[in-house]
Amino acid sequence: MKCLVVDDSRVVRKVTQRIVKDIGFECHEAEDGQKAYDYCKKSMPDAILLDWNMPVMSGVEFLEKVREIKGGDKPKIVFCTTENDVGHIQRAIDAGADEYIMKPFDNEILESKFKIIGLTS
Amino acid sequence: MKLTDFDIYSNLMKEKSGLVLTEDKVYMLESRLNPIAKKWGYNSLETMTIALQGVPDKNLVTDIVEAMMTSETSFFRDIHPFDTFKDDLLGYMREARGRNKKLRIWCAAASSGQEPYSLSMMLKEAEENTPGWNYEILATDISRDILDQARSGLYTQYEVQRGLPIRFLLKYFTQIEAQKWQINQDIKNNIKFQQFNLLDPMADLGTFDFIFCRNVLSYFDKHDKNAVLNRIVQRLAPDGYLILGQDEGVEGFCDALVSLPDHEDVFVSKDHPHIKDNKQSSARSSTQPLKPTTTDSVSSNRFSFSSQKNSKTKS
Repeated sequence: MKCLVVDDSRVVRKVTQRIVKDIGFECHEAEDGQKAYDYCKKSMPDAILLDWNMPVMSGVEFLEKVREIKGGDKPKIVFCTTENDVGHIQRAIDAGADEYIMKPFDNEILESKFKIIGLTS
Repeated sequence: MKLTDFDIYSNLMKEKSGLVLTEDKVYMLESRLNPIAKKWGYNSLETMTIALQGVPDKNLVTDIVEAMMTSETSFFRDIHPFDTFKDDLLGYMREARGRNKKLRIWCAAASSGQEPYSLSMMLKEAEENTPGWNYEILATDISRDILDQARSGLYTQYEVQRGLPIRFLLKYFTQIEAQKWQINQDIKNNIKFQQFNLLDPMADLGTFDFIFCRNVLSYFDKHDKNAVLNRIVQRLAPDGYLILGQDEGVEGFCDALVSLPDHEDVFVSKDHPHIKDNKQSSARSSTQPLKPTTTDSVSSNRFSFSSQKNSKTKS
């Protein structure tokens, strides 16, 4: 199982990848929505952890675009963002996100969200 | 903390709540009791311990017991018991209660409310498919403070993210501050909160179709576990379900119940129709470790009720 971590913060990518690897996923990273989109066109991951505010292409733009390409309906996409208001959450769900995590988060939150969407048993 | 001081608190907890404190809990004891000592104006935990050896204030004793009883919890904790409830048990029970369309559930250690609210949300979802049912949830805990918190239905951003699907957060909560969420009134309506010590007589509570008593019995010694478990069983309808925590079996304590073959944490009477039905739906093992599902088996949202089996009929 492959997971793509998309965040413009190197520190967040590093911490998140450590948690995701501990769960048992093979982990890859991208620093903005465009790089994540290019990655997905070549190889679609099983899960994507996605920041909202990033340069070049935002998380929600990426989400809308990736859901339109072939195989783009496959990955479970979980937002991981500091945006914590109902409006942002609703917009993410409407755009096709499977789950939503409000930063800061820890391994227990991430593991519980993965369970909810059936990525782990 | 000195061993003699530890013994004082250990004996107090055993007497008042049945909770058995082992010496590895000394750090937890200190971290939970230091705020109590401060609240009561003692300059240290040692001073409070000395005061306890005289004729202690009843309210101080209550504060100490409640602080030690506060337990770890989260929405849909462990998930599997809720999967089992939704996918398997609820169907049987609704078939059995189809005439009155009324179900009573007891959360015997409700803590800060996540368990009864999780059940209430789940029942609300089920109600959308099969309306007209009356669900009553009794949520009890020994701690007044923790029950006040449960009653308020207020949760932090951290708490609403542990185990709670985002769809349920949007649907059943209202954001009242940047990091504070309030559970909606329609989820609270069918829950009654009541302070209750599991060592006390239970007959007044009535009879229940489901009793959730998870992650409590393992803190009692053999004598109290036996006594509490057997009185809980008397509160269970003859065809009811008792749901315990993982690894909290009844073997050696209660001969009247057996676990369901597919669900080791669910207990029923030996002649329960669920036992007799050989066509039980298979369910995920409650002891499975956390691991990624295979690519082929990545399921849709497990909280979806669209494919629920609770309308199944027995053949």
